[in-house]
Amino acid sequence: MEQELVIQRNEVRLVNYIIRRMLYAIPILIGVNLITFTLFFVVNTPDDMARMHLGIKRVTPEAILKWKQERGYDKSLIYDSAEKGADKFTNTIFFEKSTAMFVFDFGRADDGRDIAHEIKTRMLPSLAIALPVFILGLVSYITFALIMVFFRATYIDLWGVVLCVAIMSISLLFYVIGGQFLISKLWHLVPISGFSGELDIGKFLVLPVIIGVFSGSGASARWYRTIFLEEMGKDYVRTARAKGLSESIVLFKHVLGNALIPILTGAVVLIPSLFMGSLILESFFGIPGLGSYTIDAISSQDFAIVRAMVFLGSFFYIIGLILTDISYTLVDPRIRLE
Amino acid sequence: MPFKPVILWTDSLIYLLLIVVIIFACYVRRNEHLLIPWKRVGHSVSGMMALTVLILFISIGLLDTVHFRPALESNNSTSTEKIYDAKVLSLFDIIATPLRTNIEKTYSAPFATHLYSKEIIELPQGGQIREFPRLKFGGAHLQNPEKQFSADIAWRTVEGLCLGFLIWLIFVTLLVKLIAYKSGMKFMPVLSIISRGETEIPWKYIFIMSALLLLIFGITLSLSTHYHIFGTDKVGQDVFYQALKSIRIGLIIGTITTLMMLPFALILGITAGYFKGWVDDVIQYIYTTLSSIPSVLLIAASVLMMQVYIGIHPELFDTMASRADLRLLFLCIILGVTSWTGLCRLLRGETLKIREMEYIQAAHAFGVSHWRIISRHILPNVLHIVLIATVMEFSGLVLAEAVLSYIGVGVDPSMISFGTMINSARLEMAREPMIWWALLASFGFMFTLVLSANLFADAVQDAFNPRVKTLRLINR
Repeated sequence: MEQELVIQRNEVRLVNYIIRRMLYAIPILIGVNLITFTLFFVVNTPDDMARMHLGIKRVTPEAILKWKQERGYDKSLIYDSAEKGADKFTNTIFFEKSTAMFVFDFGRADDGRDIAHEIKTRMLPSLAIALPVFILGLVSYITFALIMVFFRATYIDLWGVVLCVAIMSISLLFYVIGGQFLISKLWHLVPISGFSGELDIGKFLVLPVIIGVFSGSGASARWYRTIFLEEMGKDYVRTARAKGLSESIVLFKHVLGNALIPILTGAVVLIPSLFMGSLILESFFGIPGLGSYTIDAISSQDFAIVRAMVFLGSFFYIIGLILTDISYTLVDPRIRLE
Repeated sequence: MPFKPVILWTDSLIYLLLIVVIIFACYVRRNEHLLIPWKRVGHSVSGMMALTVLILFISIGLLDTVHFRPALESNNSTSTEKIYDAKVLSLFDIIATPLRTNIEKTYSAPFATHLYSKEIIELPQGGQIREFPRLKFGGAHLQNPEKQFSADIAWRTVEGLCLGFLIWLIFVTLLVKLIAYKSGMKFMPVLSIISRGETEIPWKYIFIMSALLLLIFGITLSLSTHYHIFGTDKVGQDVFYQALKSIRIGLIIGTITTLMMLPFALILGITAGYFKGWVDDVIQYIYTTLSSIPSVLLIAASVLMMQVYIGIHPELFDTMASRADLRLLFLCIILGVTSWTGLCRLLRGETLKIREMEYIQAAHAFGVSHWRIISRHILPNVLHIVLIATVMEFSGLVLAEAVLSYIGVGVDPSMISFGTMINSARLEMAREPMIWWALLASFGFMFTLVLSANLFADAVQDAFNPRVKTLRLINR
């Protein structure tokens, strides 16, 4: 009975905590919005951008005005003294673009398509790459690190670390180019690039996922190894050994469980780099996800899309942070939600 | 003067960095407690071997930093005013003149004597044939390439090996003499101690590494003047020369960015930790916001905006080189502004810890000003964190440059960097027959640079991080 009450109280606490974290996220998102606004509208005025887009020389003022009108940039930046009352602030680029951002209305891209719709359709292919890379990566890095720790201070450990340093010294671009060349071009095992929504999606995903996991293995495995070793030096490990537990039980039960907390924190740090990784992977392998969308937007200088992606990227990051905090409490009963 | 010195923006920052490093080194030498961790770095075998490689890279980069515009020979001898070339050259360009000027027509494979593609050649007696034409420079000294080729290569390799060995002998003799002089011993005993590997600083391995480097140096020196050892690219430029030029860009991205990042991280991190309260809240808010934007996107967005700015204001730049250079500088600034948050967080945490120490409280009680407490008591005690972060960051930044260049937000496309090399090599890989040497060259150089930077960073971290000692004990 009492235990049930405690659990219930914990659940209430968790919900409270989540709500509070969500509220904390709002000022950060406003800050992000401010930064993107400064970057995209203050550093270069909409006039400059129009001129850049339409070609720097021989641009008529009418063409610039038309370009601005199409995008709703034909207003004052932050404050319009010609308007009345609250319209002084609301009928401006800043207000309109920011409020639209918060309801995920990103406007239209230069090719006239709705950005929010594009993002929705591209989300799934992106997840199809990022999620397997993340999960497979975490599992395989932990396994690799555990092997090194189990054989610590032997040649297996030494060469494992050397291998890790070597792997992390190679640019992701080389892995992609090398992988495509060897596996697709030379051995014809999987197609070089492409994507499909059907069941044969696997053959397109295998190579990018393997490359994504492998390229990140050096840095992560070595880092997890350090975490495990640090954990090995703690008192409870000595106690466990003194009780006569075997080395493998100490390692796989006690150390692994306790080391999961710092590893989980690290996983969040990985989320932005996951985005960077899939940026490259998606564009090399022709996967129609968010990453390739962003790269295409950058190369065609489509500012609306880049702005939307910056906002969305930080939105996901904050969600990731909240999720980690929650997963902490599931892993570690000592952590209280205050 | 036969030349006019040119100091580009990045050059001046490199010089500034050099001065900072020298001042820091002098400061460390005078303080025994600061010297101890550095001595520990000096005892690490892998760290010192990596440092040997890094020194080679850094000297190439520094040579490539001394820029000038050579004077043009004017026909009009009466005019007193000299006309200078619009092209900016560096000291390294002068040293590598044969590499720079031996430009072929198009692609050629490493050590090739003929072009990589067939061309129509007019025969002297009339008529045409399609065949691989001879290169203008690569192996041009050979009368009959098929027969003489391997003998020539072998001969030149041996020549290069001898040269490298000679330089190494001189280098080792001088260094051993110096060590002997410093320790007050004779030459031979010092040599035998070193060869047995009983010195504190692993001189034996340093000598082995430098022997390896100097032998490679000798071979490349004697071969590259007569062959394109890494082939040529689409417009016939020597790939080896390009790879060497890329080193400077990599080093600049890795170091200047840190220089740009440090003021933000140091000032904001320490003030947040020291003053606490609302100052802390504001600074925490700033870095949480900044770090919540995925850095690639922030960098991409900033670089895009910079491109617009440069495109709108072409009048600000007088030469192509200065435009490309300013773009590189902006890239460093942008990378710095977007990457200070991690270090700032670390510094804040450490300052929070230090400010509760008794000596700080004592200083407060004596009425020492905030500024003095920060500069005398806190700053020196967080410097090791800054140092570790700096060396750890370096290799990541060199790698990031390549990725950014691929996305299209890296260095100016006219600049030769690892990123632009890989980017063009990627397309060449798809050609039939495949062109692989540019990729191989950039891979080799980049891997060596980043690997040695990583190993050196490990050595520094091991030496400065107090926690590592406990790890060592567990390891044994």
